[in-house]
Amino acid sequence: MNIANLFKIALKAIANNAFRSFLSMLGIIIGVAAVIIMMAIGQGSKESVRANIAKMGTNVIMIRPGAETMGGVRQDPSAMQTLKPADYEAILAQKRYVTYVSPECSSSGQVIYGANNTNATIYGVSLDYFDIRQWELSDGDFFTEEDEKKSAKVCVIGQTIVTDLFGEGADPVGKTIRFKSIPFRVVGVLKAKGYNNWGMDQDNVIIAPYTTVMKRILAQTWFSTLTCSAITEELTDEAIAELTTILRTQHKLKDADDDDFTIRSQQEMMETMSSTMDMITIILVVAAAFSLLVAGIGIMNIMLVSVTERTKEIGLRMSVGARGIDISNQFLIESVLISLAGGVFGVLLGWAGTWVCGFFNLPTSIPMWSIVVSFVVCTVIGVGFGYFPAHKAANMDPIDAIRYE
Amino acid sequence: MAKEQNKPTPTLTSEDGRKVIIELQNVKRSFKVGDEVVHALKGVSFKVHEGEFVTIMGTSGSGKSTLLNQLGCLDTPTSGEYFLDGVAVRKMSKQQRAKLRNRKIGFVFQNYNLLPKTTAVENVELPLMYNSSYSAKQRREAAVEVLKQVGLGSRLEHKSNQMSGGQMQRVAIARALVNNPAVILADEATGNLDTRTSFEMLVLFQKLHAEGRTIIFVTHNPDIANYSSRNIFLRDGRICSDTPNTNIQSAQEALDNLPSDDDDVCIPMADCPNY
Repeated sequence: MNIANLFKIALKAIANNAFRSFLSMLGIIIGVAAVIIMMAIGQGSKESVRANIAKMGTNVIMIRPGAETMGGVRQDPSAMQTLKPADYEAILAQKRYVTYVSPECSSSGQVIYGANNTNATIYGVSLDYFDIRQWELSDGDFFTEEDEKKSAKVCVIGQTIVTDLFGEGADPVGKTIRFKSIPFRVVGVLKAKGYNNWGMDQDNVIIAPYTTVMKRILAQTWFSTLTCSAITEELTDEAIAELTTILRTQHKLKDADDDDFTIRSQQEMMETMSSTMDMITIILVVAAAFSLLVAGIGIMNIMLVSVTERTKEIGLRMSVGARGIDISNQFLIESVLISLAGGVFGVLLGWAGTWVCGFFNLPTSIPMWSIVVSFVVCTVIGVGFGYFPAHKAANMDPIDAIRYE
Repeated sequence: MAKEQNKPTPTLTSEDGRKVIIELQNVKRSFKVGDEVVHALKGVSFKVHEGEFVTIMGTSGSGKSTLLNQLGCLDTPTSGEYFLDGVAVRKMSKQQRAKLRNRKIGFVFQNYNLLPKTTAVENVELPLMYNSSYSAKQRREAAVEVLKQVGLGSRLEHKSNQMSGGQMQRVAIARALVNNPAVILADEATGNLDTRTSFEMLVLFQKLHAEGRTIIFVTHNPDIANYSSRNIFLRDGRICSDTPNTNIQSAQEALDNLPSDDDDVCIPMADCPNY
């Protein structure tokens, strides 16, 4: 019997028992919808984390001083003094895969303006830093290269500092604030960025030229970090290799020596976060997948009932020439149709459910492949759980089947 | 050890030139029921020629059903050989027998066995569905044609639950005819019908017989023997008589002689085909 006829027969059988077919479909519908919604929530969360990290620049590479251990003792990187201005200059001179480089050193302490005070971290960076982090100003201007050279006491501040020291909506540009009693003239205000994924307030910062922070606040000649950006995200690995070579040459390390610095890229960070989110997604989806399994058993149950109920029909079909394979195909197609139809409605319900989740501020995004996977899984369920009933039908003895009461 | 038997060969035509449709050569069939072996057929041999209308009779337990299963290729003999239209059936696989049934046999069952909620045409098309050489159009044309032959030309799209017993049995007979089979096997085909309708069915079978069809009618009802051309009587798994009917009665006459439906008259037992 050809496929078109088998489909016709299966559709007719489903239509003849519409309500029963719908109930067994319902299991699949709910299962698929649950899987889709869970995947959408998982994917949505992952994308929002990725987007957050991407905001900090996906091509960012950070160099910290010190290997992780020295003579077996794990070191505190901030205590190491291996990243020198000479390294910075060497990178500036030799870079090919790196676009921007900025030294970084920081200090935390009290900031005062008039009668107000707050606690903040002052970061000493070069002008490149704003390009690396893709930070933009809402007001005023960045400090200049001139400021960098002269270790000028100027700074750019974040929105939290503005609110804490000047009050909401005030214009602090041109005003002078004091950090550890050193006066800094505010030249610009950063756009608000909110909290990052670790709960750190990204707006509670003061940015000043690294020369100023190193000389006037920290009185040190080394950097705590060198922040660079690769030309593109894809060239991050090449950039890391290049930086390693430059620094090893600078530090006169022999081939046998370990690096006395550590290079990390934002990409690694993103991958770590992504894999955590993936794990959570998997757990959610596995839970939902169990409901699909139960739905499959439901289909098997209903198909078994259907086979028993139609024993006579099977006997008749066999006596007029149906082979075992014709009979088993007929029932297999029926179960696949039930589960696939369940899949279609399940995807639609999942879509609707995801849309509703959006109203509860859950980040959601339906991965296209989850729909494809749903259909594949439904087909597998249809065939898998339909196989046993179909096999049972195909192996009936036509003599017994035709006289079955 | 049993001696290796010579390979049985079918008789294709009898001495008188008639084509042999069915030939049984010492067919035996035994079943294992628990520890016991039941011999349902203990060596049955006969030939049926093209165009015969044979009734096979016997009481329950005589081996009637087992013989019907053999003739219908639903089962195979334990020993002996069965030739259907010259083809040896005993060693055929299930699939081969399914195909053979599809092409050579038309079944008519006691309880019609129509597909529920399905129209007459669709029911009749069913055997052709399992024959890939028919297109959908050819299938329908063939089904409509045989439905007209059995007098249901005006009820093509009636569903099985909208028809009377007689109409359903006509659909079943049409279904048995649609593949133009070598033999029509009827199993108590009038068993579920009232007297009048039973005669109507016999009229139809006699019409088919007159058109040259080969019919085997299995029944426990001896009266039907009057309307067929030959009677085989089974007892305890053996043929106890096999006689041609020299005085074939007309079912049409019997039908005409029945009191009309309006008269509430009791029919004498002897005239009742479904005794």
